[in-house]
Order: sequence, then C-alpha cells, then structure tokens
Amino acid sequence: MIHVENLTKTYGTTTVLNIPTLEIPKGQSFGLVGNNGAGKTTFFSLLLDLIQPSTGKITSNGIEISSSEAWKPFTASFIDETFLIGYLTPEEYFYFIGDLRGWNKADVDTFLSPFADFFNDEILNKKKYIRDLSKGNSKKVGVIAALMGNPEVIILDEPFANLDPTTQIRLKKIIKDLAASKEVTILVSSHDLQHTVEVSNRIVALDKGTIVKDLQTNAETMKELEAFFSKETAML
Amino acid sequence: MFNHFFTLEWKSFVRSASFSTNLFLKIVMVLGALYFIAVFTFLGIGLYYLLEKNNLDPFATVNRFLLYYVLIDLIIRFFLQKIPVLNIRPLLPLPISKNTIVGYTLGKTIVSFFNWVHLFFLMPFSFVLLSKGFSTIGVVSWSIGILALILVNNFLNILSANKEVLLYGLGFIILSISGLQYFQIIDSTLYTTSFFNILYSSPLSVLLPLLALVILSVITFMFYKRNLSLDAGLSIKQKEAQTENLTWLNQFGTLGTFLKNDIKLIKRNKRSRSTIFMSVLFIFYGLLFFSGSIETYEGPLWRIFAGLFVTGGFLFTFGQFVPSWDSAYYPLMMSQNIQYRDYLNSKWWLMVIATVCSTLLSSFYLYFGWEVYLAIVVGAIYNIGVNAHIVLWAGAYIKTPIDLSKNKNVFGDKQAFNLKSILLTIPKILLPMALYGIGHYLYGPNMGYLIVALAGVMGYAFKNKVFSIIENIYKTEKYKTLAAYKQKN
Repeated sequence: MIHVENLTKTYGTTTVLNIPTLEIPKGQSFGLVGNNGAGKTTFFSLLLDLIQPSTGKITSNGIEISSSEAWKPFTASFIDETFLIGYLTPEEYFYFIGDLRGWNKADVDTFLSPFADFFNDEILNKKKYIRDLSKGNSKKVGVIAALMGNPEVIILDEPFANLDPTTQIRLKKIIKDLAASKEVTILVSSHDLQHTVEVSNRIVALDKGTIVKDLQTNAETMKELEAFFSKETAML
Repeated sequence: MFNHFFTLEWKSFVRSASFSTNLFLKIVMVLGALYFIAVFTFLGIGLYYLLEKNNLDPFATVNRFLLYYVLIDLIIRFFLQKIPVLNIRPLLPLPISKNTIVGYTLGKTIVSFFNWVHLFFLMPFSFVLLSKGFSTIGVVSWSIGILALILVNNFLNILSANKEVLLYGLGFIILSISGLQYFQIIDSTLYTTSFFNILYSSPLSVLLPLLALVILSVITFMFYKRNLSLDAGLSIKQKEAQTENLTWLNQFGTLGTFLKNDIKLIKRNKRSRSTIFMSVLFIFYGLLFFSGSIETYEGPLWRIFAGLFVTGGFLFTFGQFVPSWDSAYYPLMMSQNIQYRDYLNSKWWLMVIATVCSTLLSSFYLYFGWEVYLAIVVGAIYNIGVNAHIVLWAGAYIKTPIDLSKNKNVFGDKQAFNLKSILLTIPKILLPMALYGIGHYLYGPNMGYLIVALAGVMGYAFKNKVFSIIENIYKTEKYKTLAAYKQKN
C-alpha cells in the first residue's frame, strides 16, 4: 500500500529522517515508536505532503505523494490541533469533513452514533466551539473525524496523548477493530510502547531519523523494545 | 519585584512574533502622541488669550466646558485605552503577593499617556492663570482637582471594562447629560461650573475629588484582587455555541460546504468580523468625495476611485488575506479531500455577494444624483470582474498567519506590504482610474464609465485562467505557506 524509497529529509546539515526503504502492505496496522526528535512526525508529515522530501519518494497505492493529489480521497489523518477548525462546534466539524468525503448529514449521524461511549457525553450537543474544548476532548474529535468517509489509509500521530485512561482503552479497541477488518492500513505513532504494541501488528522504532527496529508484534516485542530504549538511556 | 515585571514585559514586546509590525505601530503611535502633546500645550498656553480676545471671561468659560472635557476624556478612554493585562497566569504559583501583582497592574495604568497628556494642558494653563494674578493656592487646588477627576476616569474605565452595568450606566449618564443640554432642557454645565469655581475659591474642596479618587482606586484594587484566580477574572469567557447547519447552502454542492464554513468564520471570530465593519465604513467613505466637502476630491478621476472603495470594502479587507484566514488549520485543508478550485470559488463568491450587497446598500448615494451612483455601480462591476481576481492572486503570496481570536492589525499586516502586492494594486486602483480618464477626456464621462465597466466584464471572462494561475501558485508555494503558518504555533 505504502512504499518508501530512499526517503531523506534534511534541514541545513542535519538529516532528520533517512529511510532507504520501507514497505507497508495493505491492511497492516503499523506502529511507529521513538523518542522526541526521532522523526515520527516528520515521517507522517511527508506521508501527507505537508513537507517536501529532500530526496526519495513515497507512493501510496501507486500514487506518488508529492506529485499527485489523488491520494487525498482515500487518506485520512489527524496529526495535531492544526487539523481542527476552532470556531466550529464538533458537530459542524464532523459534517464539514463528511461533506468533503461525500457523506451527507444522515451518514455522519449514523457513523457517530456508536461513538457515544467514546465521547462520554462531553462532545456532542454541548454548545461549545472546538477551541473551547479541553485538549483531550478536542483530540477525540480529531481522531474520530479521521475515521470518517471509509479511508483506506489512516494516519494518527500520538493519538493516545492527553486522553484519560478510559478513553485510551476505548480508542485502542476502535483501532484494533479497524485493523481486524484488514481493509484499512493504519499508521499510529506514540511515545507509549505499551499502547503501540497493543494496537499494532508491526512496530518500527525510529532513532535520530533512521529505522533501528522493525518487528512483527508477538509476546516478546514489548521486552525487546523496552530493552532497546533502556539501553539508550544507559548509553546516556 | 517591579523590576522583574518590567523585564518580563520588555521581553514579551521585543520577542513577540510580530515585533517589527508592533514597532511600526508603536512609531506611528508615538508620532500621534507627540501631536496630541503639541495640541494640548498650545491650547494650554493660548486658550486664555483666545477667549479673552473673544470677549469671554476665560476662567469662567473654561470651567463651564470642563464637564465636557472630562466626559469626552472618558469616552475616548472607553474606545482607546487598553486595559492592562500582565501575563498573570504564570505568576500566580510563584511567591509573589497578590497585592504586588494587582498593584503593579493598576499602577501601570496611572502612568498611561491618557493621564499625563492632560498635564500638558493643565500646567501651561495654570501658569497663564498665575501670571494673570489668580491666587496660587486656588489654581493649585483647581488643577489637582481636575487631575483627580481625570484619574477617576482612569479607574472608571478599568472597572467598566469588567462590569457591564457600570459601562451602560456611564453611557446612559453621558447620553442624558448631553441630550438634556442639546435640547436645552437642563444645562448641566451651570451646576458643574460652580463646582469648578469652588475648587478655586475654597481650596479645601479639593478633598472631594481626591476622596472620590481614593475610594474608586480602592474599589478597583479590591475588584482585581478578588478576581485574581483562574476561574474568575483570568478565565476566558466562553460564548455558548449554537450549531448552525445552513442547509439552504447544500444546493451549491462543494461550494456550499466551503461557503458554510466561511460564513461561520466571519461570524464567530473577532478578527474576521472586523472586515464586515470595515466594509460598512468604506460604504460611507464615498461621502468625502460626493458631498463635495473636500476640494481635492472633486476631480472626475476621484469618482471612480470612490466607486471602487465604496463597493470594495469587503473585497479588499477580506480578499487580501485569502488563504491566511484558514492559516490555523491549513494542514487540514492541505491533506483533506479538497480541490483548490472549489476553495477559491467559495471565497470568490463570498466577495461577489458582499460587493453586490454593498452596491445595494450604497443606493442612498442616488441622493447626490444618478451619475454618482453610476460611478459606484461601475466601480462594483470592475471590482467583481477584475479586482476580485487580483485580490485573490495577491493573497496567494501573503503568508502571514492570522490569529482569528485577536482583533489586531486590522489595517493590514507588515507582510501585506511586500513588493508583489504593491505591484498588484496598480491594476486594482490605478488602471480603472486611467481607463476612466481616457474615456472621460476623449468623449465624456459616460464613455469613461463604459470603458471601465467593459474592462470589468472582460476581466470576468478570464476568471478560469486566473484561477488556474492562482492554483499553481498555491501548489508551488504550498510548503512555504505551511511553514510560514506554523511559525505562530
């Protein structure tokens, strides 16, 4: 589904990302872990053509990301609060995203109804603009909006940060259900190893812009990752 | 401690992202302040002699109008004097007493320009009084009394910014005093004259305004101190949001989707609402030209100039910041399933609708004759046909992120003045003026109007071409724009 070739991103003389090759097959649930500055957000921004690669290219479904826009209809994402429109209410935001993805109001309402639990009665019909929501609640809006319109690729940057424990558990279930369908390719990044291991069937660890681990999730994955990241601290 | 506060403020000023814009504004403000200082000083020196020359008793006349001097000062403060907010939140958990924080915040207002500028009137005027043989102690108590009233205004303004009751109460009092005076029912100045006279004749009475000042400053101090917590005075007021579906726009398809958003954008954000205010202002701008009040504006070329501005207020103020209005969520717009053309089209329609509305609203110019209104209609045609494109084109180069919640820089951002956008004003304003001039001087006014209108119609024919150019700019500048918008965050 997603194919990365000789991808680098350089600012001045610092190379912040360098991935010679990476293949993410359709239906995979792909977890990206790493410390601050490892290049997770840079990689996702490149996947969404928000920044330009210094060399190399990414193709999604055979479409080169930086030269065509044809990937947009089947790709959905939530990176940070710049993906939210602050002066809209959550409903209006969902309808707006729905409109862009060819869903009418009724489609959106049907889609949202199973998420009542997830929203915990703090999002819908609260007469609040998104800019007045707490960080966790606005993240919920962004993540759920990224699932709308039957996308084939979903990109979520740090979806668990700022969420309360209950919501984290619910979100993990949502992602796992999506992954189980094998129709959707999900890319999730996180600082939190436990969460990522739980929702992903493949984990890639980045460090200073390069891939240092590429594991299929199994019983040993968590230990291996923990060993790797604690070794880093030991080196410091 | 005050030293710390001062350094903090200095740093927040120097390191703010819009420092250079701020600096430019500050320079303009300093020049304005110098102007007012000069005016007040000249008034202070010359007023006595001026009144004397007109056979009026200078001191009595001044005392009579002091009421309005004080009231106007209060009104000007309502609109111009900023309420001081030190960045208080991070200070709260630090070991600084609340009294210090409030004291500093309020103390800062006392040294405001709005207070000490009056000294430039009061001091020279008092010296003139003394030189004319008025008693020293009387003049001193008179000036101190007035100064106290000015400072009372200072605190009234601060309080009324937080207490709407006070604001409306004061507004009501001011309106009724001036109303009663205007309709000659009660002349309040007769009563206040004697008050100001007493300030001079019995100096002890100065204690009265001083007492008022002390009481008011204590009230303000207590009010601020009481509200110095995160869930009281420091909380950001949230307006209750109402979900609007604007379903009637659904019939326009994707265009409707964006129009819905743009309408909400304008309605719900201070900064974008001000474009509406500006466009109303521009409608009346034409009065300067057509009422014949300013001679230089009488030339025939100015008619078309006025016509462009009367109908183009929204177009110029809103259009020049497309796509910056969407800067806060530009990454969303760039990764969502959005065609640039639909996006541009919605902005274009918005400007067309606003221009048509302004044209209809300005029909009161028919009062000045149909030729005047013709100039406005022709201006509107040119605005829709040509300027709407150019404004969008110029906007594509402007990468100033807009903070929607703030109402600053309404009169344009620093980067709005880059070379490219200056070059693009030539066809916006000068070209239609030149076209009109050619027609006007060769065949007469109607020919001039015809040529400008034709240019507008022809411009419309190029809409698709221009949109493709803008689309290309958006595409080539995409990464730069994204990076520029990110700087705010």
